[in-house]
Parts: sequence; structure tokens; C-alpha cells
Amino acid sequence: MDFQVVVLAGGVSKKLLPLVSKEIPNALLPVANRPVISYVLELLELSNLKDLIVVVEGEDAALNVGGWISAAYADRLHVEVAAVPEDVGTAGAIRAIAHHLTAKDILVVSGDLVSDVPLGAVAATHRRHDAVVTAMLCSAPVSGPSESGSSGGKDKTKKPGRYNLIGLDPTQQFLLHIATGAEVEKDLRVQKSILRAAGEIEIRADLMDAHLYAFKRSILQEVLDQKGTFHSLKHDVLPYLVRSQLKSEALLNGVAQVEENGTEKIIAQSNQQMLSQILANASERTFHQRYALSPNGTSFRKTHKCCVYIAGSNRYCARLNSIQAYSDINRDVIGEANHLSGYSFSAQNNIIHPSAELGAKTTVGPHCMLGEGSQMGDKCSVKRSVIGRHCRIGANVKVVNSIVMNHVTIGDGCSIQGSVICSNVQLQERAVLKDCQVGAGFVVAAGSECKGEVLAKK
Amino acid sequence: MDTRRAPRAVIDPKVRKVGFFAPPELSQPGLPDPIPLPSSSLSPVMIPPPRHSSENLLHHARPLAPTVPGASSVSIEGSVVAGGSYGSSSELFPAPMSPASSSYSSSRFVGGGDGDYCLNGAAVASPGRGGGKAATSFPRGGFESPAAKASSVPASGLTTVSVVNDSSLGIRGREKADNGGGSALEAKDQATNSKQKKDKTTKAERRALQEAQRAAKAAAKAEGNKASGTVTSGTAKPAKAIKPPHKVDNSSVAASEKKGCDRPPEKDRKKDVPQPRMQYDDESRVEKAKRRAVVKQTEARNRVELFRHLPQYEHGSLLPDLEAKFFQLDTVHPAVYKAGLQYLSGNISGSNARCIAMLQAFQDAIRDYRVPPEKTFVRDLTAKISSYVSFLIECRPLCISMGNAIKFLKTRIAKLPLTLSESESKASLHSDIERFINEKIILADKVIVKHAVTKIRDGDVLLTYGLSSAVEMILLHAHKLGKQFRVIIVDSRPQLRGKILLRRLVEKGLSCTYTQINALSYIMHEVTRVFLGASSVLSNGTVYSGVGTACVAMIAHSFRVPVLVCCEAYKFSERVQLDSICSNELGDPEVISKVLGREDVNYLDGWANTENLQLLNLIYDATPSDYISMIVTDYGMVPPTSVPVIVREYRREQLWI
Repeated sequence: MDFQVVVLAGGVSKKLLPLVSKEIPNALLPVANRPVISYVLELLELSNLKDLIVVVEGEDAALNVGGWISAAYADRLHVEVAAVPEDVGTAGAIRAIAHHLTAKDILVVSGDLVSDVPLGAVAATHRRHDAVVTAMLCSAPVSGPSESGSSGGKDKTKKPGRYNLIGLDPTQQFLLHIATGAEVEKDLRVQKSILRAAGEIEIRADLMDAHLYAFKRSILQEVLDQKGTFHSLKHDVLPYLVRSQLKSEALLNGVAQVEENGTEKIIAQSNQQMLSQILANASERTFHQRYALSPNGTSFRKTHKCCVYIAGSNRYCARLNSIQAYSDINRDVIGEANHLSGYSFSAQNNIIHPSAELGAKTTVGPHCMLGEGSQMGDKCSVKRSVIGRHCRIGANVKVVNSIVMNHVTIGDGCSIQGSVICSNVQLQERAVLKDCQVGAGFVVAAGSECKGEVLAKK
Repeated sequence: MDTRRAPRAVIDPKVRKVGFFAPPELSQPGLPDPIPLPSSSLSPVMIPPPRHSSENLLHHARPLAPTVPGASSVSIEGSVVAGGSYGSSSELFPAPMSPASSSYSSSRFVGGGDGDYCLNGAAVASPGRGGGKAATSFPRGGFESPAAKASSVPASGLTTVSVVNDSSLGIRGREKADNGGGSALEAKDQATNSKQKKDKTTKAERRALQEAQRAAKAAAKAEGNKASGTVTSGTAKPAKAIKPPHKVDNSSVAASEKKGCDRPPEKDRKKDVPQPRMQYDDESRVEKAKRRAVVKQTEARNRVELFRHLPQYEHGSLLPDLEAKFFQLDTVHPAVYKAGLQYLSGNISGSNARCIAMLQAFQDAIRDYRVPPEKTFVRDLTAKISSYVSFLIECRPLCISMGNAIKFLKTRIAKLPLTLSESESKASLHSDIERFINEKIILADKVIVKHAVTKIRDGDVLLTYGLSSAVEMILLHAHKLGKQFRVIIVDSRPQLRGKILLRRLVEKGLSCTYTQINALSYIMHEVTRVFLGASSVLSNGTVYSGVGTACVAMIAHSFRVPVLVCCEAYKFSERVQLDSICSNELGDPEVISKVLGREDVNYLDGWANTENLQLLNLIYDATPSDYISMIVTDYGMVPPTSVPVIVREYRREQLWI
């Protein structure tokens, strides 16, 4: 179908510290005991997209990601991993691999996307409208279900900048305005020309940019070449394309076409014009076309289309771009969106690996996951949590709404609520953690009580 | 039909009265009623208007009978009519002709033409329009159309008849029959012509003998053949009707008759008769088709009984399904896929636009096509195109113009010389498609505009229905020429495509009136011309166009307003269709139950699955040619009866070969 896929797997994000490190870059952060990038790769595989370019920031991270992918998808996908320097941004990443891109359109997917939206639909919308860029929007996550809101959400709800203001045309097909985070706080400026052309703008705050774009390759590369300062696709390139959609600066292929036709006879050109007119006249014109024909109808203004694909409300779509999102996604993947995890759930609606050992009177509630080789002592209780592989958990331990990664040792009588505990952490007896993040290899002293802290090796 | 209108000066608005009044002509006894008053019995679209077998017609017919000496002279007249005498005359309506003469000439032309044309003649005659009307009334009028004659002549007279052919026509026909290439019509031709040509008996007798021997075989075959195609079965039937008298007398004649009708070899028949359409009320077939389908089609549950044979799907689920499969459909070329998506989503509609989009997609597909190893270019490409076409059909049923374009393309592919290299073949196909678009659509539109503009005068009030690209061009061009006229755009839910036209016309400074089809009968008083677009014109002159067109044409006709249909000749079809039921397209029933922007009238929300509710969203309808004054096409302005001539003369020779 003439599409190329670029997966932007990122590097080591500061937002996700202390969960990520050089050894475990963003892409390999486990979600329900699977690296997050596997969700994207599987989504792509499901869509029959098997030739991928994965771009990772930083050589070490790239090695790790590449190693994992080649082990897991050796004979299923054809993946090329490219390493780019850190802090080049998403735009820089595309620039770096630009010479590999040859297809007509490019699908740019963020590696931290966990979703079941059919990618084909986005691509098809893009094709159907012959758009320059098509962005996938999904309904923004309401900050978690009520239970987690009480436990985990409180101090994180203050965090600004999770909102996008997105302006759509009345048919909800075209993107007229996009403003993110910081810009929203102050004021909202809508371009008059676009408003006048479209007649109506619907401003939505309940939509989230899923960071999945289909770009027309030629135009994306042109923009990236011309605007050397553009750093991010989302913050620079997309708003630029949206802003300039009515005064497209020689971006459209149409320009090239006209030049090619220049040598032909005038008759052929008028025929061509009539042809496009018949095609365009056949249905209600989009505002782009109306605008393109200036009132006197003689000169053509160049326009391009920025489309959106709005995922249905029954689809799951989330990005792992913060710690809050991390625990939300984990909860969802083993909870309401459990078809994504790829595991089969038991009758109790949980997954307990057969090799896991449970002590007497230990209960594992629904929406839980227990990795292989983990051992639990007596009288433990696990609710809505993910416990990784080869963990050793003592007696009388409560784990609620938490994520425990691999090789974690938890002493007797610990209580863990709403926390993320990375690999190789050791929790000594009677430690109480609430809303904490514990970095890899950290040792929590016996009897310590922590609330809302970040514990990591300095 | 012209005569009915001719005495009235429709063009002069002064004559027209407004309000309820009986037009003076109606009360005149000598003229046939244009709309017979007891028309309550006639349901507008499906049933052709009652034939005028009244005395009126006969009055006119009888005196004329002796003036027609033979078929030859008449057929000349007929050809003149067909050749576009209307188009060349500056007057919209030619000098008044008696109904008999005009309709006779056309019917004679039909009947007296060469062999294969007779098929159309016979088929066309039955709907009871134009020529058909005349034919039905003639037996009483004193001279008969050939087919009618055959039935009334005693069988004994016919024994020699079927055999004797001294005219070139007859010989040709027999030769064909001998070759096994004869068709039902030629045989009938012989039968009809035989009366005049009784001399050569010897050869004829031999032939009769031969045919008697084959009689049994033919009879067996006949049973098998009957089931095929609608058109042939239509022609076969009259033959059946004739049969009984022969049988009593002379079995050999009966056999020859039968044979003539039914024997045409399978091969030939397959070529002539289109594949029988898929009947969607046949469950097993639908199942089979569904298994093949690329697009997941959920049948709509409550379908109107009358239209159950047409495909109707849950439209809501089609597009998302198809979109989600974007990357799975490797076999469909992206350009074709895009066109399909655009059809499905309604981004491209209108038969011209759809046809152009399809051809351009095929151009791209052919450009990117590579012959797989061990396959031949011609065959594999044809198969490829067929698979694309079936994909497009799943997105939305083809319109007739697209069918014609596909036929053209396939013929071009099949006719590619084997000596050409792959790239040369592709280049040639590319230019062929280019030429088709340029000549058959764009140039045709230009010619149509040139013709039709002559019919617009200062002070005219023009009415158009919906959105037609040709009509739009005509109006804009007339405006550009500085003609002073007003446009009334009649529109209808749910598509409201007239609004699109309205916006563009108003932007260009034309003075427009916009109304819904409900108000048509009130606004028609002030109209002087009706311009309509068409999706296709069938060979019986029936105009196949967006639903509502028939209504507009009929109301215009009853107000004696000339109806001009603008249609490019490439949209003409050999098909004959008498109603809008047998072949049509069903749209999304949702859209008629929902009124955009009027939440307060959504009484039908969520009722779609109610057991006793059936929603019907018909896309096309068929306008009988009675209501059409003239068809403006790229070959000039012709009466609807001349459509088959264009189909025959130009299609075969220029387009396909």
C-alpha cells in the first residue's frame, strides 16, 4: 500500500525516571510483563505491516532494544533499528533516517503507544483525503477510575500540560487548530483565515493526540529540510502544517505537476482543469477547495489538508509518557483492556503463571498478574497489581494497585500501595510504601514508611 | 409525443395561465390527452403510461397509411429522424407531425432496419412508448408492424415464408443462420420479410427440410435457453405466441420458427446478453458472494419486499471495516483502493466523477503493473482489472457509465497486439484511457454545452433537479454568454446535492431559486425549460437518473414544459429497463430516517431494527421516454427514440473496436 512505518521508540525519558535506565529504556519498560514496544509491534503486525524502522535515541538503548526485538520477533517482522543521538527530538529522528524513506506515505508511530486502534483506518483516512498529515486522536484518559484516583492520582493531577486543545471542522475530518500544554494556559489564538474558510471550528479539550501520524513523505521531508529548527513532530511540525494549510508554500505535489504539464499544449491543460473540476464538483467541496478558488475564480491558492482520525470510544488508546500513565496502562492492560495483553485470563480474571508458588491463605484478586517463578508466602493479598518474574514475597504482604517488576524481594509484613517497584529491589520487613517509585536495585530499609516518594540510587 | 405538445406554444410565457384551469387542448376532442385523466390507475415510475389506442390516434393513422408505400422510403425517413434532424432545427420542436407519422417512422425504422437491430425494435416496442404505442395501435389502423403481421397471417401462408429471401437482407440473414450465427431477430426478420419474397422456393424447401430434421434438437435446446437474459426472453415470447397456429398446420415451419428464435449458439448469446444480475434474495448465492467479498458486508435486516433482490448493507459498518483492512488488502492497488474508499464515503459521487476516478485509478494500476512470471500480459491484466472492478462493486455498485468504461478498457486490453512489449502496451493503454476521458467525457461535455446553450434564451426560467455536472456547465456557459435567465434548482432529501449546485451558481452571480421537490407542481408554472442530468440513457429511451428525476420530468410534461436531458453518449446503454425496480441501487436507509440538524424530528432513531418498519432509500429511477422531449448528447440533440441508433452506430464501430 506504499506505506513505510517508523516507530519512534525514544530513549531514556526524564519523565519516567527512576523507572527507566540505560539498560531498560522507555521502549523496554514492562507493561504486564512485556516491554511496551511489543504492543506497538504487535499492533503493526496485526495490520500486516512487517517492514519497520525503529528509531531509538542513544547507542546503548538502541543496542538493548535491537537485541530484544531480534530475539522476540526474529522470524516474524523485518525490523531495522536505527540509533540517533539523544535529544534530537522526534523531528530530528526522522531527519536522521530520511534517506531510508522512499514510500509515498509514512506512518510515524510512537513506541510507547498502547492501543488497539486499527492502523489501517488511519492510513485509509489519510489516503482518502489525500492529506498531508493525518493525526490519530483518541479520547483523553480520564485520570483513572475512582479507586485509583483516591490512592494514586492525587498529587499528580496538578501536573499541567496534559491537555491538548484541538480544533476540528464541523465534519470532524480536518484539523484546524492544535495547541498543546503550555500554550493553553495563557490564551487561545485561532487563525482568522482558517476560521473564515471553515466557517466553524469545534474546539475540543477531551481529545488526546495519540502521537500516531501519517505523513506525506515528500512534504514531511521538505518541511524538515527547510525548517532546521524544528525539534518535535508534535510541537513544531504538526502545528506548522496545520497553520499553513491554507497558504501552503509550494508544498503540494500539485506544483510539481503543473510544472511537468507546462510543456504540454494548452488544450491539454484546460482539459486537465475541467477534469479536476468535474471530480471536485461532484460532491460538496471541502473548505480547502472552496478557499483554493478565490472569489473571482481565476487564481488558485494552494492548500493542503490536515486530517484527523478519531478513534472510536470503544477502542483503547494510551501513551506511556508519565509514571501515572504507566500505572494506569498496567492496570488497564490486565483490567478492562485485557485483550491487549495477549494472555488468557483465568476464571478469576487474573493470570497466575503455573510456575508461581502461592503460600497458604494467599489471595490473588481479579485483574492481577503473577509472573513465572514468583513465590509468595502465607496470608498475602494481591489486588489489581502486576508482579513480575522470579519475585520472592514473604508472608503477610499486601500489594494493591502496584507494579512489581522482576527479581524483587519483599520481606514479611510489607504493604505496597499504588507504587512502582523496579527490578532487583529489596524491601525489608514491614516496609510500607504508598505512591512511591522505587528505582532498580534500591534497598528499602526495614520498617520504613514512605509516601509519595521517589526512591532511587543516587 | 411531439404532436401532443406541438400545438401549444410553451415557449411563450404570456399564454400560460396560472392557477387551476383546463388547458384548452385538453378539451379538444381531436387530440389525444397528454395525460389521460383516468391516470389515477397509473403508478408513475414503474408502469408505462396507458397507450393511446384511442380513436384519436387512429384518426391520424388511417389517412396516412396509403402514403407509406414501402419500408424503404419509411426507413429513410426514420433515419433522418434518428440522425438528428431535431438537433439541426433551430426550433425546439419540429413542425407538427401527426402522431402516426412520427411514431410510425420510428417504429418502421426499427423494424425495417438490419437484422440485429430488430432485437431492439421488438424489445423496445413493448413498453408502450413512442414507437411501441404506434405498434400496438396499428393493427387496427390498417397497417401493421412486421412482427404483428406475422402473428395475424394464417399459418399456411407462412409455410413458405420463413424460407424465402430474395432480398440481400434475407440472404444475409439466412447465411448467418446457416453459419450458426443467426439470432432470434434475424429469423423473425425472415419471417416478416418473407411475405414479399415468395419466389425462391427450391432453396427454401431444402432448408425447411433441413430444419425439420433439426427440430427436435432445437426444441430441447430451446428449453435450456429460455432461462437466460431478460432481453432475449422478451423476444422469445412473441415467437411463442405465434407458434400455436403454425404447429397445427406445418410442423416444419413451427420448427424453423422455433429454431430461429431459440437456436442462437450459446457462445453468441453469452456475448450479447449481459450476465444475469445477482439476485440478492437468493440466499445461497448471497452467501457465496459474501465469502468472496473483500469488504465485510452485513445485510440490512428489514428490506422492502419489492426491492429485496437488490443488495442492501448496513452502511455504517462498511467504511470502518474497509478502512481497518487497509494494510491487509495487498491485492488491490492503492489507487484503486483509494477510489473505492472515496465511493464508499461519498467523497466522489456522480457518474462522471466516479467514472473518471475509476479510470485514473486504473491508469495508475496499469502503470505499476508488472507481469508475473509465466503469465501473459493480456490475460493477467484482464484478470487484475476484473478483481479491481469487483472490489469497486463491493464499495458501491457500478453505475452504467463505469460499466461502459470498463468494457472499453477490457476491449482495449484484449485487442493489444501480441507483438508489443510490456511497456509499450502499458503506454498504449494509458493513452487509450486518456483519450477516453478526454473524448468521451470532457469533449462530450463541451459539445453538449454548445448544443444546449442554443436552447436557452433571454427571459427563460430554467429548472434543474439535483446536481448534474453537464447541466451546471451549460448554465454557467449560458451565463457567460450574457443570456438573461433564471434558474430554479429543485432538490430533495437526503442527499441535497442541489445545494452544492446552488452554492456554485450563486457564487457566479446567477439568479437562482431553490426549492424542494414537494413544491415542484407550484413552481412548474413559471418554468420554460427543464434541464436534467442522467446517469444513463437506456436503449428504449428510458432515462436512468437520480431518484426524483422521473417525477420532475412527468410534472414538467404535464405542464407542457420541454424536458431536455443532458447525457454524454458514453453513458448510453444497450439495456432496456421498463421500471426502476428490477435494477436499482439502495442507499443507506439511515440517512432518510435522520434529518441533519433537526434533533427534534428524529422519531425514527433506533428504529432501524424494528420488525415492522422498512426503510427504502432508492438511488435511481427510470423516466419513460414519453416525458423526455429531447436528449442532448455529444452527437447532437436527438429524440429519445434515437438512442438505440447511437448505441448501435457509434458504440460498436468507434468505441469498442
